[in-house]
Amino acid sequence: MEIEKALIALSTECPDLGLKRADRHGMPEITVSLESFPQVMKTLRALGFDMLSDVVGIDRMPRPVRFDVIYLLMAMEDFSRLAVKVEVAQDREVPSVSGIWNSANWGEREVFDLLGIGFSGHPDLRRILMWENFEGHPLRKDFPLEGKDFDKPFDTETIKDYF
Amino acid sequence: MGLENQLVGDNVLVTSLNKLVNWGRSNSVWPCTFGLACCALEMIASTLADFDISRFGSEVFRPSPRQSDLIIIAGTLTKKMSVMVKRIYDQMADPKWVIAMGACASCGGVFKSYAVVQGADQIIPVDVYIPGCPPRPEAVLAGLMKIQEKIRTERLDQRRDFKPGMLEIPTGN
Ligand code: SF4
Repeated sequence: MEIEKALIALSTECPDLGLKRADRHGMPEITVSLESFPQVMKTLRALGFDMLSDVVGIDRMPRPVRFDVIYLLMAMEDFSRLAVKVEVAQDREVPSVSGIWNSANWGEREVFDLLGIGFSGHPDLRRILMWENFEGHPLRKDFPLEGKDFDKPFDTETIKDYF
Repeated sequence: MGLENQLVGDNVLVTSLNKLVNWGRSNSVWPCTFGLACCALEMIASTLADFDISRFGSEVFRPSPRQSDLIIIAGTLTKKMSVMVKRIYDQMADPKWVIAMGACASCGGVFKSYAVVQGADQIIPVDVYIPGCPPRPEAVLAGLMKIQEKIRTERLDQRRDFKPGMLEIPTGN
Protein backbone atom coordinates (compact mmCIF):
# COMPACT_ATOMS: atom_id res chain seq x y z
CA MET A 1 0.00 0.00 0.00
CA GLU A 2 1.32 3.37 -0.85
CA ILE A 3 1.49 5.75 2.03
CA GLU A 4 0.39 8.67 -0.12
CA LYS A 5 -2.73 6.85 -1.19
CA ALA A 6 -3.45 5.81 2.36
CA LEU A 7 -3.11 9.36 3.60
CA ILE A 8 -5.40 10.68 0.90
CA ALA A 9 -7.93 8.00 1.79
CA LEU A 10 -7.50 8.91 5.43
CA SER A 11 -8.19 12.58 4.87
CA THR A 12 -11.33 11.79 2.89
CA GLU A 13 -12.51 9.45 5.65
CA CYS A 14 -11.82 11.86 8.46
CA PRO A 15 -11.86 15.37 6.98
CA ASP A 16 -11.17 17.42 10.10
CA LEU A 17 -8.01 15.73 11.25
CA GLY A 18 -5.70 18.64 11.75
CA LEU A 19 -3.18 16.31 10.19
CA LYS A 20 0.50 17.25 10.26
CA ARG A 21 3.02 15.31 8.27
CA ALA A 22 6.69 14.76 8.78
CA ASP A 23 9.33 12.40 7.55
CA ARG A 24 11.52 10.87 10.20
CA HIS A 25 14.56 9.13 8.77
CA GLY A 26 12.57 7.88 5.83
CA MET A 27 9.58 6.82 7.90
CA PRO A 28 6.43 8.86 7.37
CA GLU A 29 4.87 10.23 10.50
CA ILE A 30 1.52 11.92 10.99
CA THR A 31 0.46 13.95 13.97
CA VAL A 32 -3.22 13.89 14.80
CA SER A 33 -5.27 15.55 17.47
CA LEU A 34 -6.40 13.58 20.49
CA GLU A 35 -10.05 14.01 19.46
CA SER A 36 -9.69 12.52 16.02
CA PHE A 37 -7.26 9.83 17.16
CA PRO A 38 -9.69 6.87 17.60
CA GLN A 39 -11.29 7.55 14.23
CA VAL A 40 -7.89 7.79 12.52
CA MET A 41 -6.70 4.52 14.02
CA LYS A 42 -9.87 2.70 13.00
CA THR A 43 -9.54 4.03 9.47
CA LEU A 44 -5.85 3.10 9.23
CA ARG A 45 -6.65 -0.43 10.36
CA ALA A 46 -9.33 -0.67 7.69
CA LEU A 47 -6.87 0.67 5.13
CA GLY A 48 -4.55 -2.25 5.73
CA PHE A 49 -2.22 -1.37 8.60
CA ASP A 50 -2.77 -4.69 10.30
CA MET A 51 0.14 -4.71 12.69
CA LEU A 52 0.98 -2.42 15.59
CA SER A 53 4.65 -3.01 16.20
CA ASP A 54 5.21 -0.67 19.12
CA VAL A 55 3.78 2.03 21.30
CA VAL A 56 6.23 4.69 22.43
CA GLY A 57 5.87 7.50 24.92
CA ILE A 58 8.09 10.54 25.17
CA ASP A 59 8.28 13.08 27.96
CA ARG A 60 8.96 16.54 26.46
CA MET A 61 9.05 18.13 29.81
CA PRO A 62 9.24 21.91 29.50
CA ARG A 63 6.65 21.79 26.71
CA PRO A 64 3.15 22.73 27.95
CA VAL A 65 1.56 19.71 26.27
CA ARG A 66 3.89 17.40 28.04
CA PHE A 67 3.81 13.97 26.40
CA ASP A 68 4.03 12.44 22.96
CA VAL A 69 2.58 9.00 22.33
CA ILE A 70 3.64 7.39 19.10
CA TYR A 71 2.09 4.31 17.56
CA LEU A 72 4.24 2.47 15.02
CA LEU A 73 2.07 0.78 12.44
CA MET A 74 2.97 -1.65 9.72
CA ALA A 75 1.09 -3.15 6.80
CA MET A 76 2.02 -6.80 6.40
CA GLU A 77 0.98 -6.65 2.75
CA ASP A 78 4.04 -4.71 1.60
CA PHE A 79 5.79 -3.85 4.87
CA SER A 80 5.09 -0.16 4.61
CA ARG A 81 5.30 1.64 7.89
CA LEU A 82 3.64 4.65 9.42
CA ALA A 83 4.06 6.42 12.72
CA VAL A 84 1.02 8.08 14.26
CA LYS A 85 1.73 10.65 16.91
CA VAL A 86 -0.60 12.27 19.42
CA GLU A 87 0.37 14.98 21.84
CA VAL A 88 -1.07 14.50 25.30
CA ALA A 89 -1.26 16.95 28.17
CA GLN A 90 -0.50 15.64 31.62
CA ASP A 91 -4.13 15.54 32.73
CA ARG A 92 -5.46 13.91 29.56
CA GLU A 93 -5.89 10.29 28.60
CA VAL A 94 -5.37 8.64 25.24
CA PRO A 95 -8.24 6.46 24.01
CA SER A 96 -6.86 2.92 24.00
CA VAL A 97 -6.55 1.11 20.68
CA SER A 98 -6.23 -2.32 22.23
CA GLY A 99 -9.63 -3.12 20.77
CA ILE A 100 -8.16 -2.65 17.29
CA TRP A 101 -4.70 -4.19 17.69
CA ASN A 102 -4.23 -6.67 20.53
CA SER A 103 -0.56 -5.80 20.82
CA ALA A 104 -1.55 -2.37 22.06
CA ASN A 105 -2.54 -3.99 25.33
CA TRP A 106 0.99 -4.51 26.59
CA GLY A 107 2.44 -1.54 24.71
CA GLU A 108 0.05 0.86 26.37
CA ARG A 109 0.62 -0.78 29.73
CA GLU A 110 4.31 -0.13 29.33
CA VAL A 111 3.78 3.53 28.46
CA PHE A 112 1.42 3.83 31.40
CA ASP A 113 3.89 2.16 33.73
CA LEU A 114 6.95 4.16 32.80
CA LEU A 115 5.43 7.55 31.96
CA GLY A 116 2.11 7.57 33.73
CA ILE A 117 0.02 8.38 30.68
CA GLY A 118 -3.52 7.10 31.07
CA PHE A 119 -5.32 5.10 28.39
CA SER A 120 -9.07 5.30 28.57
CA GLY A 121 -10.95 2.13 27.72
CA HIS A 122 -7.93 -0.12 28.27
CA PRO A 123 -9.08 -3.53 29.54
CA ASP A 124 -6.25 -4.10 32.01
CA LEU A 125 -4.25 -0.99 32.77
CA ARG A 126 -1.73 -2.27 35.33
CA ARG A 127 2.01 -1.86 35.64
CA ILE A 128 3.92 -4.25 33.44
CA LEU A 129 7.63 -3.69 34.13
CA MET A 130 7.78 -2.17 37.58
CA TRP A 131 6.33 -3.96 40.56
CA GLU A 132 2.84 -3.33 41.85
CA ASN A 133 3.56 -0.96 44.74
CA PHE A 134 6.25 1.05 42.96
CA GLU A 135 5.69 4.76 43.38
CA GLY A 136 6.04 7.13 40.45
CA HIS A 137 6.81 6.69 36.79
CA PRO A 138 10.54 6.25 36.22
CA LEU A 139 10.91 7.54 32.67
CA ARG A 140 9.42 10.92 33.53
CA LYS A 141 12.05 13.58 33.39
CA ASP A 142 11.29 14.75 36.91
CA PHE A 143 11.82 11.28 38.37
CA PRO A 144 15.13 11.00 40.27
CA LEU A 145 17.26 8.32 38.64
CA GLU A 146 18.15 6.67 41.91
CA GLY A 147 14.56 6.50 43.07
CA LYS A 148 13.31 6.49 46.59
CA ASP A 149 15.36 5.19 49.56
CA PHE A 150 18.46 4.63 47.48
CA ASP A 151 20.77 5.27 50.43
CA LYS A 152 18.98 2.81 52.68
CA PRO A 153 19.61 -0.95 52.76
CA PHE A 154 17.29 -2.73 50.41
CA ASP A 155 14.73 -5.15 51.77
CA THR A 156 12.86 -7.59 49.56
CA GLU A 157 9.86 -7.26 51.87
CA THR A 158 9.19 -3.84 50.39
CA ILE A 159 8.47 -5.33 46.98
CA LYS A 160 4.90 -6.31 46.38
CA ASP A 161 3.99 -7.64 42.99
CA TYR A 162 1.20 -9.34 41.10
CA PHE A 163 2.51 -12.81 41.96
CA MET B 1 44.97 -40.12 41.21
CA GLY B 2 47.28 -41.18 44.00
CA LEU B 3 44.60 -42.03 46.48
CA GLU B 4 43.86 -45.38 44.86
CA ASN B 5 47.56 -46.22 44.80
CA GLN B 6 47.69 -45.72 48.52
CA LEU B 7 44.79 -48.04 48.99
CA VAL B 8 46.12 -51.13 47.18
CA GLY B 9 47.16 -53.89 49.49
CA ASP B 10 46.45 -53.91 53.16
CA ASN B 11 46.98 -50.24 53.78
CA VAL B 12 44.84 -48.26 56.10
CA LEU B 13 43.99 -44.64 55.37
CA VAL B 14 43.67 -42.44 58.39
CA THR B 15 42.07 -39.04 58.14
CA SER B 16 39.81 -36.82 60.16
CA LEU B 17 36.12 -36.74 59.54
CA ASN B 18 36.36 -33.04 58.83
CA LYS B 19 38.86 -33.52 56.08
CA LEU B 20 37.00 -36.37 54.48
CA VAL B 21 33.67 -34.59 54.50
CA ASN B 22 35.15 -31.34 53.26
CA TRP B 23 37.13 -33.09 50.55
CA GLY B 24 33.98 -34.71 49.23
CA ARG B 25 31.95 -31.60 49.51
CA SER B 26 34.46 -29.27 47.92
CA ASN B 27 34.73 -31.47 44.86
CA SER B 28 31.02 -31.74 44.26
CA VAL B 29 29.75 -28.21 44.50
CA TRP B 30 26.66 -28.30 42.36
CA PRO B 31 25.56 -24.87 41.17
CA CYS B 32 22.01 -23.79 40.58
CA THR B 33 21.00 -23.30 36.94
CA PHE B 34 20.43 -19.66 37.34
CA GLY B 35 21.45 -16.52 35.49
CA LEU B 36 20.18 -12.98 35.44
CA ALA B 37 21.91 -11.03 32.69
CA CYS B 38 24.99 -10.89 30.44
CA CYS B 39 27.23 -12.45 33.10
CA ALA B 40 25.22 -15.65 32.84
CA LEU B 41 26.67 -16.18 29.39
CA GLU B 42 30.18 -16.27 30.81
CA MET B 43 28.99 -18.66 33.48
CA ILE B 44 27.62 -20.89 30.73
CA ALA B 45 30.88 -20.55 28.82
CA SER B 46 32.77 -21.80 31.84
CA THR B 47 30.93 -25.10 31.53
CA LEU B 48 32.02 -25.63 27.93
CA ALA B 49 34.92 -27.86 26.93
CA ASP B 50 37.40 -24.99 26.61
CA PHE B 51 37.18 -24.08 30.27
CA ASP B 52 35.54 -27.22 31.59
CA ILE B 53 34.14 -26.54 35.01
CA SER B 54 33.76 -30.30 35.47
CA ARG B 55 37.46 -30.46 36.37
CA PHE B 56 36.27 -29.08 39.69
CA GLY B 57 33.25 -31.30 40.01
CA SER B 58 30.79 -28.51 39.39
CA GLU B 59 29.47 -29.35 35.95
CA VAL B 60 26.18 -30.60 37.32
CA PHE B 61 24.05 -27.49 37.10
CA ARG B 62 20.91 -28.41 38.96
CA PRO B 63 17.54 -27.16 37.75
CA SER B 64 16.17 -27.33 41.26
CA PRO B 65 17.41 -25.27 44.20
CA ARG B 66 16.75 -28.25 46.44
CA GLN B 67 19.60 -30.14 44.85
CA SER B 68 22.16 -27.38 44.55
CA ASP B 69 24.91 -26.26 46.89
CA LEU B 70 25.97 -23.06 45.20
CA ILE B 71 24.09 -20.17 43.70
CA ILE B 72 26.01 -17.96 41.29
CA ILE B 73 24.30 -14.57 41.12
CA ALA B 74 25.30 -14.05 37.50
CA GLY B 75 24.06 -10.69 36.37
CA THR B 76 22.12 -7.59 37.22
CA LEU B 77 19.94 -8.16 40.24
CA THR B 78 16.86 -6.03 39.78
CA LYS B 79 14.61 -5.23 42.67
CA LYS B 80 11.74 -7.00 41.00
CA MET B 81 13.80 -10.18 40.62
CA SER B 82 15.29 -9.97 44.10
CA VAL B 83 12.20 -11.53 45.64
CA MET B 84 12.67 -14.62 43.48
CA VAL B 85 16.39 -14.82 44.11
CA LYS B 86 15.81 -14.71 47.82
CA ARG B 87 13.20 -17.40 47.50
CA ILE B 88 15.55 -19.64 45.50
CA TYR B 89 18.28 -19.11 48.08
CA ASP B 90 15.91 -19.94 50.92
CA GLN B 91 14.86 -23.13 49.14
CA MET B 92 18.41 -24.41 48.85
CA ALA B 93 19.34 -26.97 51.45
CA ASP B 94 22.20 -26.26 53.85
CA PRO B 95 25.14 -26.19 53.46
CA LYS B 96 25.00 -23.59 50.70
CA TRP B 97 27.33 -21.05 49.22
CA VAL B 98 26.87 -17.90 47.18
CA ILE B 99 29.06 -16.32 44.51
CA ALA B 100 28.31 -12.76 43.42
CA MET B 101 29.53 -12.75 39.85
CA GLY B 102 30.35 -9.50 38.10
CA ALA B 103 30.16 -5.85 38.97
CA CYS B 104 26.35 -5.82 39.00
CA ALA B 105 25.89 -8.59 41.51
CA SER B 106 28.72 -7.29 43.67
CA CYS B 107 27.71 -3.66 43.94
CA GLY B 108 25.14 -2.72 41.33
CA GLY B 109 27.77 -2.06 38.68
CA VAL B 110 26.94 0.62 36.17
CA PHE B 111 23.30 0.57 37.21
CA LYS B 112 23.07 3.14 39.93
CA SER B 113 19.34 3.30 39.49
CA TYR B 114 15.90 2.89 40.96
CA ALA B 115 15.44 -0.61 39.62
CA VAL B 116 18.65 -2.38 40.59
CA VAL B 117 19.72 -3.79 43.95
CA GLN B 118 23.11 -2.33 44.78
CA GLY B 119 24.80 -5.64 45.46
CA ALA B 120 23.44 -9.12 46.07
CA ASP B 121 24.81 -8.98 49.62
CA GLN B 122 21.92 -6.70 50.49
CA ILE B 123 19.56 -9.66 50.32
CA ILE B 124 21.62 -12.84 50.84
CA PRO B 125 25.03 -13.57 52.40
CA VAL B 126 27.75 -13.70 49.74
CA ASP B 127 30.86 -15.86 50.11
CA VAL B 128 32.90 -14.86 47.07
CA TYR B 129 32.79 -11.80 44.85
CA ILE B 130 34.11 -12.04 41.31
CA PRO B 131 35.02 -8.67 39.82
CA GLY B 132 34.65 -7.91 36.12
CA CYS B 133 32.06 -6.83 33.62
CA PRO B 134 31.68 -9.62 32.69
CA PRO B 135 34.32 -11.74 34.42
CA ARG B 136 35.97 -14.21 32.07
CA PRO B 137 35.30 -17.91 32.63
CA GLU B 138 38.75 -18.23 34.18
CA ALA B 139 37.62 -15.77 36.81
CA VAL B 140 34.51 -17.83 37.44
CA LEU B 141 36.70 -20.88 37.94
CA ALA B 142 38.96 -18.90 40.24
CA GLY B 143 35.90 -17.91 42.25
CA LEU B 144 34.80 -21.51 42.40
CA MET B 145 38.25 -22.51 43.64
CA LYS B 146 37.95 -19.91 46.38
CA ILE B 147 34.70 -21.53 47.43
CA GLN B 148 36.42 -24.92 47.44
CA GLU B 149 39.21 -23.49 49.56
CA LYS B 150 36.66 -22.14 51.96
CA ILE B 151 34.90 -25.48 52.18
CA ARG B 152 38.16 -27.38 52.72
CA THR B 153 39.23 -25.22 55.62
CA GLU B 154 35.83 -25.24 57.28
CA ARG B 155 35.37 -27.03 60.58
CA LEU B 156 32.10 -28.77 61.30
CA ASP B 157 31.36 -26.34 64.09
CA GLN B 158 31.76 -23.40 61.72
CA ARG B 159 28.89 -24.48 59.56
CA ARG B 160 25.91 -22.23 59.33
CA ASP B 161 23.55 -24.96 60.49
CA PHE B 162 25.73 -25.92 63.45
CA LYS B 163 24.03 -26.13 66.82
CA PRO B 164 25.90 -26.47 70.10
CA GLY B 165 26.01 -30.05 71.31
CA MET B 166 25.68 -31.43 67.78
CA LEU B 167 29.12 -33.03 67.80
CA GLU B 168 28.93 -34.66 71.20
CA ILE B 169 28.93 -38.42 70.99
CA PRO B 170 25.97 -39.79 72.89
CA THR B 171 27.08 -42.07 75.69
CA GLY B 172 25.04 -45.24 75.65
CA ASN B 173 24.33 -47.01 78.89
S1 SF4 C 1 28.59 -7.03 35.45
FE1 SF4 C 1 28.55 -6.39 33.31
S2 SF4 C 1 28.38 -8.30 32.15
FE2 SF4 C 1 27.76 -8.73 34.27
S3 SF4 C 1 25.55 -8.49 34.31
FE3 SF4 C 1 26.46 -6.54 34.91
S4 SF4 C 1 26.57 -5.38 32.99
FE4 SF4 C 1 26.30 -7.53 32.45
